[in-house]
Amino acid sequence: MTGSDEREIRRRQKARAIILAVLLAAFVVLVYAITITKMSVSG
Amino acid sequence: MDPSRRWGDEKRIMTTTTLDHPTALPADWRDLLALTKPRVMTLVVFTGLCGLLVAPGPIHPVLAFTAILCIALGAGAAAALNQWYEADIDALMKRTAARPLPAGRLDRQTALHFGVGLSFFSVLLMGVATNWLAAAILAVSILFYVFIYTIWLKRRTPQNIVIGGAAGAFPPLIGWAAVTGDVATLPLLLFALIFLWTPPHFWALSLFVRSDYAAAGVPMLPVVAGARATRIQILLYTLPMAAAAVAPWALGLAGPVYGLAAAALSLAFLALALRVLANRATEPKAMKPEKQLFAFSIVYLFALFGALVIDRWL
Repeated sequence: MTGSDEREIRRRQKARAIILAVLLAAFVVLVYAITITKMSVSG
Repeated sequence: MDPSRRWGDEKRIMTTTTLDHPTALPADWRDLLALTKPRVMTLVVFTGLCGLLVAPGPIHPVLAFTAILCIALGAGAAAALNQWYEADIDALMKRTAARPLPAGRLDRQTALHFGVGLSFFSVLLMGVATNWLAAAILAVSILFYVFIYTIWLKRRTPQNIVIGGAAGAFPPLIGWAAVTGDVATLPLLLFALIFLWTPPHFWALSLFVRSDYAAAGVPMLPVVAGARATRIQILLYTLPMAAAAVAPWALGLAGPVYGLAAAALSLAFLALALRVLANRATEPKAMKPEKQLFAFSIVYLFALFGALVIDRWL
């Protein structure tokens, strides 16, 4: 494996990690919003 | 030649061996996004949104957003699983050869895991956020697209998109069910409309990309029955499609705004289908009416569903 291959692997891993973190944060916010909404609707 | 092999198997076997080798690099997120066919998803999301907006009764905006998100994720999941299964034939068609799997930018296992994971996630989230009927219809639509259309029908029969088209017709039903928790006549008519719209839409496309389908061994109607028979079938399906489009107004389920739009748009569709029928060309370059019908069919569905929402909200 060349140095440029390794750099490309690291770049892709970093990009995927950032996107996964953003998606997980968005999921947490969504589940929170759904929970609050369902509680307010049923209340 | 082994008679049990289907048409086109020889060509597929040649490419499958290379496609099964995973790529050395980890998948780029853009390739995972491309697996979901975002452009196709827009029409699915729009019809689902319209089903949701015309349904009687209130739905909280957060739950409405979640329902639409789930429809989009479910459609993306089905598209990813479709590309996982069809990587071999995608590699043989110019139109699809640059997709992540045939181009070798992504390995099949990643695509399979991504598609299955997204399917479960979208269905479970839909069930938790709205109701389990909407989740069940979403699950059926994904399973129908993957197992009935992609795996069973597409490589076996020229009727593939006639029956398989049902998979793309579910979104308005899902949107409606997310609000009401049940299914009524209007969403069933919208289902019928998309179901009958799918064959003329795809056959218009398959007429001018016929050589692609032939090269991949996909038995689309123009490949198996010829251009003339396909043009006749396009017209024959346009007639019940137009009837399904006007039916909500005729049955008193939609107002005059929708009725006028449905009549005008369906007449325009019919006129283009007649122009396609009159065309005798066999070369894609001379297939302007077919290209016009394909482009208009997309506008037709957007405009029809948009008119239904406007009509309901006026």
